[in-house]
Amino acid sequence: MIKAKPKPLEEIIDNVKDFSKLLIAGCDGCVTVCEAGGLKEVKVLASALRLYFTQAGKQVQVDEASLTRQCEKEYLAQLNDRMEGYDAVVSLACGVGAQYLAEMYNHKPVFPGVDTCFLGVNEERGLYSERCQACGRCILAETGGICPITRCSKRMLNGPCGGSDKGKCEINPDIPCGWELIYERLKTLGQLDRFERLVEPKDWTTSRDGGPRKIIREDLRI
Amino acid sequence: MSATTPSKLQQIIASGQMAVTSEVGPPRSADGEVIERKAKIIKDYVDAINVTDNQTSVCRMCSLACCIRLKLMGLEPILQMTTRDRNRIALQSDILGAASFGIHDLLCLTGDHQHFGDHASCANVFDLDSAQLAMAVRMMRDEGRLLGGFQFEVRPQMFIGAAVNPFAGPNVFMRVIRMGKKAAAGVQFVQTQCIYNLDTFKEFMKIAEDRGLTEKVAVLAGITPMKNVGMAKYMQKRVPGIDVPDEVVKRLAGVPKEKQAEEGINLAVEQIEELKGVPGVRGFHLMAIEWEEKVPEIVERVGLYPRPSMGGGS
Amino acid sequence: MRLQYPPNLRIIEVPCTGKVDILHLLQAFEQGADGVMVVGCMEGDCHYMVGNLHARTRVKRAQEILNTVGLGAERVAMYNLSSGMGGRFAEIVTEMTNKILELGPSPIRRAMGKGQMVREAGEATT
Repeated sequence: MIKAKPKPLEEIIDNVKDFSKLLIAGCDGCVTVCEAGGLKEVKVLASALRLYFTQAGKQVQVDEASLTRQCEKEYLAQLNDRMEGYDAVVSLACGVGAQYLAEMYNHKPVFPGVDTCFLGVNEERGLYSERCQACGRCILAETGGICPITRCSKRMLNGPCGGSDKGKCEINPDIPCGWELIYERLKTLGQLDRFERLVEPKDWTTSRDGGPRKIIREDLRI
Repeated sequence: MSATTPSKLQQIIASGQMAVTSEVGPPRSADGEVIERKAKIIKDYVDAINVTDNQTSVCRMCSLACCIRLKLMGLEPILQMTTRDRNRIALQSDILGAASFGIHDLLCLTGDHQHFGDHASCANVFDLDSAQLAMAVRMMRDEGRLLGGFQFEVRPQMFIGAAVNPFAGPNVFMRVIRMGKKAAAGVQFVQTQCIYNLDTFKEFMKIAEDRGLTEKVAVLAGITPMKNVGMAKYMQKRVPGIDVPDEVVKRLAGVPKEKQAEEGINLAVEQIEELKGVPGVRGFHLMAIEWEEKVPEIVERVGLYPRPSMGGGS
Repeated sequence: MRLQYPPNLRIIEVPCTGKVDILHLLQAFEQGADGVMVVGCMEGDCHYMVGNLHARTRVKRAQEILNTVGLGAERVAMYNLSSGMGGRFAEIVTEMTNKILELGPSPIRRAMGKGQMVREAGEATT
C-alpha cells in the first residue's frame, strides 16, 4: 500500500493558523493502515489544533471527518453539503487523495497533513519499508520476486555493485543489498541461470521519466 | 580480446607484457594545472593513466576535461565514466567527445552512491549500470550505432574496461560470474578493487581461469599502498567492499609510526611480486591516491621500469 | 494508609494504562485540565504485558503535541509504581501538583475564563 507519515504539527499549524473554520479530512484507506491519516489521526490532529487555537486566544471551529477513500469522486462528493461551511481543509489522505480533494473543491485551500513516502509493506506495526517503484514494467519474474529497481540503491539491473558488503548496501548497513537478496532467492528457487543473463538498458518511458502516467482500460469503459 | 583499437594499453597487454596503470584525481576547482602536475610525476612509470569521475560522489573537475588535457600532453588517459550522474544521452555524448580527441580507453562504472559525497541531496541518474554502459560503448565502436538506433560514421575506437571487486558480496564465485557478464557485454580489461587478501584474490582468479574468462578479459590487479596503520584500520572497518586481513593491520602496527609508510610500500611491492605469478594477471593498477609520488618507486622496485614503448597509437 | 496528598486530583480508574488513549489525554486538556498524570504498573509487571509500554509512547506523543501547541510538555507525565506503593503515590501526586502550580493554570482554562492562581496546595480552587 501507500505508506505515509504524519507531517510535523508545526508545519500544519503554520499553514492553517489564519483560518477560522477548518475541516480535518482523513481517509480509511492506506493512511489508516499505516496510522498516519485515518479517523484516529484526524481526531488527534483536531484536538491538537483546538488546543493550539484556544491557548492562542482564537475562536476556531475544527471539524473531523474520514472518507472511505479520497481518491474516488463518489466518496469525496459526500463532503459536498458541508464544504461551504469551511474556509480551509487539512487532508490526511496520501498525496493522491489530497490532490483529488483539492481538485473537486478547488475553491477551498487544501493543505496536506501527511508526507506520502512510498509503496511498501508492513513488516511490523510501525515499521514500513519500500517494495515497489511503480516503474510500469514489472520484471519480478526474472529476479525471483524481488525488485532491483526498488531494493538496489542504484537500481542496477546487472548487480550487485562492488560496494555490496556482507549482504548490506554500501550506503547504510540497515539496508540489505537488493542484489544479494535476489541472488539468494534465485538460488533457493534453482534459477541461478537467470543471474547470469545480461539485462539490456531499461525503457524508462513507463516510469516517472516518461511523464505523468495514465492507464486507459478499454475493456472497462463503455 | 575482440576488437583491436589504437589503445596503447591494449597493445601492451596483447604483447604479453605486464601492463601498469595508475590514476590521478581531478581537483575540486577549475585549476587544470593540478592534473598536469600529478601526471608528470607518474607518466614515465605507467602505460595509461585513469582519471576518476566524481569519485565517491564528490564533485570534481570532470574526467573528460582532464583526459583531454592528458591526451594533449602526449599521454594515454583512461576515461572513467560512472552512470550515477549521466543518462545514456550524456554518456554516449561524452564518449563521442572523448573519441574526437583520440582517447581510446574507457572504464565503465556504476559509481558510488551520492550518499558518500558532498551533494548527498541530489537526484541520481543510474539510467544504465556499468554492464549496460559497456554494451553501449561496444555498439558505438563495432556497429557505429547509438542505443537509440542512430547510425553514424566516425566511430569511437574504445578499449573497454570495467572494475571488479573480488571481495564484495555475495561470494567470490558470484563475483566471477559478474565479471563474466561484463565480458559478455564487451568488457576487455578490468581493474580490480585494491587487494590485501591475496588468498581470496587467487581463488577469484582460479575460478575465472576455469571458466575461460582470463582468455577474454585482461585482469589488472589493483594495489593501494597503505600510508599508516590508521589507514589500514579505516579501510578495514569503514569502507564497504574492501577486505583488509588482520595480518596487514598488525604488520603496520608493528613498526614505529615514522616507518609505517615505508612498510606500506614494502607490502605493496611484495604483493605485486607475488601476484605476478598468478595466472590471468596481466598487469597492475596502482591507486596511490594523493600519494602519486610513490608510484615511481613501486614500479621500479618491482622491475617494471622502464615501460615498454609501443610504436603507433593515435 | 491514610496518607495526605493534595485534593486537586481527580482519579479515573482504568484496568490498565494501556487503555488510556492519546485522545483521552488531549481531550482532558481541551476540557480545561491543568495537568494529567498517567500512573501505571512497574515496567515488566504489566498484567497485560505491554499495556504500560503503550501508555508511555502515548504520553510521549502527547508531550510533543502539548509542547508544539504552547501548553508545555510538563503538564502530562507518566509514573510507574506498584499498587502497594501508597507512600510513593502520595509523593508523586505532591510532586506533580507542585509542578503544575509552578506552571500556572492551563492556558486553555484561562481562555475559558476559569483560570485563577492557586497560592498553596490545599486551597480551594474555583
